[in-house]
Amino acid sequence: MNPQLIVTTVVFAPLLGAFVAGLFGRRIGDVASMSVTTGLLFLACALAWITFFNTVNGGWRFTYEIARFIDVGAFKSAWSVRIDSMSAVMLIVVTTVSALVHLYSWGYMADDDSKPRFFAYLSLFTFAMLALVTAADFMQLFFGWEGVGLASYLLIGFWFKKPAPPAAAIKAFVVNRVGDFGFALGIMTTFWVFGTIKFAEIFPQVAAHAHQGWEFAGHQFYAVDLACALLFVGAMGKSAQFFLHTWLPDAMEGPTPVSALIHAATMVTAGVYMVCLLSPMFEYAPVAKTIVTVIGAVTALFAATVGLAQNDIKRVIAYSTCSQLGYMFFAAGVGAYQASMFHLFTHAFFKGLLFLSAGSVINAMHHEQDMRAMGGLWKKIPVTYAVMLIGTIAITGVGIPYLDWGFAGFYSKDAIIDAADSAFNHGSGVGGFAFIIGILAAGLTSFYSWRLIFMTFHGTPKWAHADGHGHEAHANTVAHDDHASAAQIESHDEPLDDHDAHHGPLDPHESPPVMLIPLLVLALGAIAAGFTFAPEFIGSDRNNFWGSAIFDRGPSMLADPDSLPALVVWAPLIVTLIGFAAAWWVYIAKEGMGARIAARKGPIWSFLYNKWYFDELYDATFVRLTKWLGDLFWKGGDQKIIDGLGPDGVSEVSYAVGRRTGLFQSGYVYHYAFVMLVGVVALLSYALIQFSKGAH
Amino acid sequence: MTSIGLAHYLAVAAILFTIGVFGIFVNRKNVIVILMSIELILLAVNINLVAFSAYLHEVTGQIFAMIVLTVAAAEAAVGLAILVTFFRNRGDIAVDDASVMKG
Repeated sequence: MNPQLIVTTVVFAPLLGAFVAGLFGRRIGDVASMSVTTGLLFLACALAWITFFNTVNGGWRFTYEIARFIDVGAFKSAWSVRIDSMSAVMLIVVTTVSALVHLYSWGYMADDDSKPRFFAYLSLFTFAMLALVTAADFMQLFFGWEGVGLASYLLIGFWFKKPAPPAAAIKAFVVNRVGDFGFALGIMTTFWVFGTIKFAEIFPQVAAHAHQGWEFAGHQFYAVDLACALLFVGAMGKSAQFFLHTWLPDAMEGPTPVSALIHAATMVTAGVYMVCLLSPMFEYAPVAKTIVTVIGAVTALFAATVGLAQNDIKRVIAYSTCSQLGYMFFAAGVGAYQASMFHLFTHAFFKGLLFLSAGSVINAMHHEQDMRAMGGLWKKIPVTYAVMLIGTIAITGVGIPYLDWGFAGFYSKDAIIDAADSAFNHGSGVGGFAFIIGILAAGLTSFYSWRLIFMTFHGTPKWAHADGHGHEAHANTVAHDDHASAAQIESHDEPLDDHDAHHGPLDPHESPPVMLIPLLVLALGAIAAGFTFAPEFIGSDRNNFWGSAIFDRGPSMLADPDSLPALVVWAPLIVTLIGFAAAWWVYIAKEGMGARIAARKGPIWSFLYNKWYFDELYDATFVRLTKWLGDLFWKGGDQKIIDGLGPDGVSEVSYAVGRRTGLFQSGYVYHYAFVMLVGVVALLSYALIQFSKGAH
Repeated sequence: MTSIGLAHYLAVAAILFTIGVFGIFVNRKNVIVILMSIELILLAVNINLVAFSAYLHEVTGQIFAMIVLTVAAAEAAVGLAILVTFFRNRGDIAVDDASVMKG
């Protein structure tokens, strides 16, 4: 098979699956549509790995143009498949996680009654994501960008009969519109500056256009800076960065496999991917890079702090995702694109693993998601416990510096923190800021991740004395849940059809093998993705591996640990251990301390528990303002002016005219006859007068 | 004694016509009276036509009179049929009650 055919198959196999399952799912049945989509995904996954190895070893670097898309003047766009190291990495990440999630969904969605629709959406998402990562110009990137947004919307609102999922889906869509507005403006600015939207034509010209700009209010603004900053707004929306992050936690209303695939491993990393892909532009946009670094660092810290106080197992992991995306962004912001991509790569494995394990826990607990109702589960679901432990060790970045041994997160996260320190040494103030926040957030990551493990798997089982019905106990535990905002309606139970069917004591059970196999594969990735790929991604082979896909201007920020102070190198591990110890102290040694802190409702706890009051803030400002504007236009503009002068006004006038002229009508026959007679007499008289005049 | 000439015929016709017109306006009771008044008006016209026909020795007027009679008969038939239906629907044929078209 020739390379073009292979890569085209990788991209379009999921679309074929989505097409078959989506349009003919009801006719061919559940099993057939699930088999088709899953089979095609595994085919795509196998071919993607072939592509990856051929790209990094055999030098497959090409752009295969399939068809022209838009061709208007200088604005030319084509459907194409661009293969280089960046897209090859994303191909394996997307197809691997997607294939495993497809397989996992056989078990997780077993009780759902619209499986073909679910699998069609999953495959559609995968296609859109592959179109995004293989784009050779901004137009196809935008197509994929919106395609994944659509699939995300459909999948968040998959259980559309409940009130919360559709609301969350709309929220995700609307918040992403804000980002996409910036993204579209960024594309237009890029086109305006460079006269083309093809990456291959833009990148060589960036240096020449670096000084193009305006002087405004005594300050010089550069066009490339503006373009990159606007494009980053799009990345902020898609990757749930500070200010535009509010949709991600709510997106947990979707089924858990969706959370693992879209809201952890792939779609939310699209923003990171875009920033790294556009490294030739960002390298010449120092202001935009500073913005990226600051936003990324703030998100890393913000999400980690919020994660400390959440009780919903999926929300904790969602905030964790948000925080890890912040790491990726500040890595890209300080110029360590390789580290950013590497963290994206390892994160896909361990975060996908954590989400799918959480799904397995939720499945075991009969769709209970509140960690306060769990505890002591490790004996009941040992395999899930083991893989989740691996995922937690991987995300906290446990590993031994200098020996160069550790789990996946150790390599990528430490590389990011070291890069931030290295940027600080090169005179970047925000690099120092990012470094300090990176260390802090690493400690917090460790605390909330271990808190999740301890609350879920250790301690006293809270479900055991939930006599009779699990959901009643659950209702009691959430009764003092004081979430006020409607946007935050937490549904702790996922609405599968028969989830209310169990009566009698809750007995957690291990998930079926079809769900455990993907967990084991991802666990392998969470252990091995770090040391296997570290030399290629960020180590000595990196220039060979990335080739021209990542552009590095000036000194590389990827620091050799040997050249950094020992304290910097050891710091992540130290804070991780401190975080672990603190979590152990609060949730195991002094069990109940966490609950007491929560019950006291102190100001710090409330601030974190309510997510820094972001939803309330946005409700009070943007939502209220928009509603007010909408009311103004609806009641004032539409109802009063348009309707008032238009249809309603015209009908009013004709009614009034009819009403008044109708008063002439008496309805009596002799009145009409009299009028007729008067008319006849008048006409006759007139005629006679005229006639007699003519006679003379 | 003067012989009966054209003027007499015209006078009778004019009287008949006036009676007919007043029959329509003055009568406030009965639809049948209205129909009869219309017949009177038509008859007045007929007398005029026949009188002028005889006076001018021109037969066209008499032919017209025949046509008017025919139309009058048809009109009476249709009018009475409407009247019957009207009575069946409303229970009486008083003119003052028939003002559905009042605006």
